[in-house]
Amino acid sequence: MTTATAPNVTATAECRDADLLDERKKQVHRAGQGPIDMACNRESLAGAVSQRACVFCGSRVVLYPIADALHLVHGPIGCAAYTWDIRGALSSGPELHRLSFSTDLQEKDVIFGGEKKLAAALDELIDLHQPKAAFVYSTCIVGLIGDDLGAVCRKMSEKKGIPVIPVQSEGFKGNKREGYLAACKAMFQLVGTAPTDDVSPLSVNILGDFNLAGEIWIVRGYLERMGIQVVANITGDGRVDDIRRCHGAALNLVQCSGSTMDLAKMMKEKYGTPHLRVSYLGIEDMADSLYAVAEHFESVDPGIVERTRDLVRDELAALMPRLRDIRRDLTGKRAAIYVGGSFKAFSLIKAFRHIGMNVVLVGSQTGTQEEYQELETVCDPGTVIIDDANPLELSHYVRELDVDVFVGGVKERPIAHKLGVGFCDHNHERKIALAGFEGMYNFAREVHASVMSPVWRFVPRRARRATVPAGADA
Amino acid sequence: MLLRHTPTEIKERSALNINPAKTCQPIGAMYAGLGIKGCLPHSHGSQGCCAYHRSTLTRHYKEPVSAATSSFTEGASVFGGQANLLQAIENIFSVYEPEVIAVHTTCLSETIGDDLKQIVDKAVKEGKVPAGKEVIFASTPSYVGSHVTGFSNMVKGMVKCLAVSTGKKNGKVNIIPGWVEPADMEEIKRIAGMIGVSFTMFPDTSGVLNGPLTGEYHMFPDAGTPMEDIRSAGDAIGTLALGEWCSGDAARTMDAQCEVPCRVLDMPIGLKATDRFIDALRTVAGTSVPDAVNFERGQLIDVISDYHQYFFGKKVALVGDPDQLIALTEFLLTLDMQPIHVVTGTPGKKFESRIRELCAGKGFDVNVRAAGDMFLLHQWIKNQPVDLIMGNTYCKYIARDEDIPYVRFGFPIMDRVGHQYFPVTGYKGGIRLMEKILGVLLDRAERDAPEEKFELVY
Repeated sequence: MTTATAPNVTATAECRDADLLDERKKQVHRAGQGPIDMACNRESLAGAVSQRACVFCGSRVVLYPIADALHLVHGPIGCAAYTWDIRGALSSGPELHRLSFSTDLQEKDVIFGGEKKLAAALDELIDLHQPKAAFVYSTCIVGLIGDDLGAVCRKMSEKKGIPVIPVQSEGFKGNKREGYLAACKAMFQLVGTAPTDDVSPLSVNILGDFNLAGEIWIVRGYLERMGIQVVANITGDGRVDDIRRCHGAALNLVQCSGSTMDLAKMMKEKYGTPHLRVSYLGIEDMADSLYAVAEHFESVDPGIVERTRDLVRDELAALMPRLRDIRRDLTGKRAAIYVGGSFKAFSLIKAFRHIGMNVVLVGSQTGTQEEYQELETVCDPGTVIIDDANPLELSHYVRELDVDVFVGGVKERPIAHKLGVGFCDHNHERKIALAGFEGMYNFAREVHASVMSPVWRFVPRRARRATVPAGADA
Repeated sequence: MLLRHTPTEIKERSALNINPAKTCQPIGAMYAGLGIKGCLPHSHGSQGCCAYHRSTLTRHYKEPVSAATSSFTEGASVFGGQANLLQAIENIFSVYEPEVIAVHTTCLSETIGDDLKQIVDKAVKEGKVPAGKEVIFASTPSYVGSHVTGFSNMVKGMVKCLAVSTGKKNGKVNIIPGWVEPADMEEIKRIAGMIGVSFTMFPDTSGVLNGPLTGEYHMFPDAGTPMEDIRSAGDAIGTLALGEWCSGDAARTMDAQCEVPCRVLDMPIGLKATDRFIDALRTVAGTSVPDAVNFERGQLIDVISDYHQYFFGKKVALVGDPDQLIALTEFLLTLDMQPIHVVTGTPGKKFESRIRELCAGKGFDVNVRAAGDMFLLHQWIKNQPVDLIMGNTYCKYIARDEDIPYVRFGFPIMDRVGHQYFPVTGYKGGIRLMEKILGVLLDRAERDAPEEKFELVY
């Protein structure tokens, strides 16, 4: 019996606050009210309506944007079908990653093993598409029937002359975090397999940005203006050949630390590549990240600090006047944030301050104790911090805290809308770039549009609020 | 060209599905479960399965979709999932308070060999299921059949776990609608009501997955078939099952279990299939068809006649699920169109023979494939071009690359609105389908027309 040590299913269908807090004390905290001790990074309890996903999901997310690789899902059809082109990780060239390939395992394969089928599928696919490399994802069932993915991949690699890399992403082995690690291990097999002669001493890799809505192109633009060569955008608009020589870069920039920090650590250990934790969301974090990069390279190129300062000044001069009107409308409004990894929440809290809004609820699927402690220090007193929440809890707090806009992913959007509050997709279904200085403006505009939408005036609960003090109907 | 990789030359593939025209069983079981009032579907497997199914259903409906999971871990995968499921049942009833839990398996729990019946019996014995509440279940291994099979299995599970015969008939008719949209379920109920039949329909997702925005979030919307109604469905005088693939098994199980005779009809999409459905309802009710129904039928025929010249001879490629495609193929033939390529991802040779029968003698050769994929469909289209594609959202790649008019039809539709609210079933649904088809065909004709042939009236 390996279920969780603390219940994460809590709220009742009626969502009584007392029950909720009583049963979930360890995964809910109010900032400023006693020491924070979150019982996070636990397995969800059996029976939870959790917003969490599995190991395979984590691996698929990280490797998916490598656009010229073949991504073959070894398992029954579902795992491939549900991850077919659902993330807007844009590519500037090849789009092989947007197709769906599956070995479509059947009952007889489960009984007799799927290795032959896998080998045949790889054989056909590699001939058909001539990819630069192939990733083969393991699913739950493969872990159970004991197919030797490694052996099949090794043989196929020899036969076809391209790297064929197994991803040990059996779903049941944990949550997304384990999947990130499996993906990093897979990518690391590519690193260091190509020459690095033409790599500049002023060079970086971009890790942990998925190029949603083209965000990596914005960041690349800034870095290039600073005089820095980007060797590989590993997890967004990615290319196999870039990853093979990315060990030549002088620095790794790691965003969304949960997903790619493992790769950065592996590169540090083997190649000595240092890394910086960065964030491209919001004004301070974007500027701080660029300054940190400049500082890192100052000894090689003293002019870089000045160039960076100019860049930030120019961008801010263009951005700030555009934010002013938006801030006037949004001042005092309240936001809730529920994201996959808690790291993103830091930037979002700061970004909301710039448009005059208060974050009253912040939570994540997979935050760690350290991250939550750090998170509390940037939150306003009273902000609810929550780990691995379920829809009833999210709904409860949105009402209690009288939220005006919710930031989350695909499963949270309709809940927010049902409650009659605005929504901003900060996950993979975002349609406009939210990174960088121009992304900050896009973010502000999107939040503004959603919060100020006339539709909320037609929602009974919100319409009532106009005559009742805030929060009184929670 | 997103699909630039698709070669024209078709080679038999031995071990490979490219761009699937199906997904796995559990999502179908989850959708069916949502059609019972107060039901929380439960996925007996890893967390990812449940998250994927909920996300996919949410993308399709733009509605919250709640379902619980056994949250399998490595230990459960070695020692079996019984402990997880028992604990889940207890937690769900105490925390979320549903009326019923609809448990489905996954490839993981099936391969481990978890026996749902035994586990649920144990839960009942141990008092984990509160009085008056139920746990129903279905075995839905992902490596057998498709999402359609999973839907069928869960509907069959409803019958097996709930329906009882008291020996006294209640005069009602059971209608099993199959995997259709909430709007279609509503339409089927409306039609049955017009005929004057006293009926129980299950499952029924109308109002569950197309609900209003009220400012409140309810995990269990006040809609769906009440559990009580499914229990007493065992006393019905007959069952009408709409669609062999989705509903046939459940209807036959009901017959075997409760001696309720059944008829398996096609899904009422298009003129002829709707005629047969209405005739069956009329027979059961022992009434004649009311004028209001005849009026709607007449409207449908009127539109067909008004626009026949634009339908006539047009070649169509179809991809989707067997029950829908059989009825749709028949309807397109009624319109004098030529469905020359028909692909379903769901296995079943009977599908192929049924489509061939429908198209026989119509003056064209049909390419039909069960257990096919969209890659094959695309190759067929490259070899024999069509004027129209009908299928789910994923057809947009083919439609764009080949520049072919395209009507969204089936599951999932993740990029347009309407399927939740407007039916394709019944006579009115037939008119809606024609409206959509004509819209894209005439838009295209006008886009491509030289100025002198760009006409005002069609």
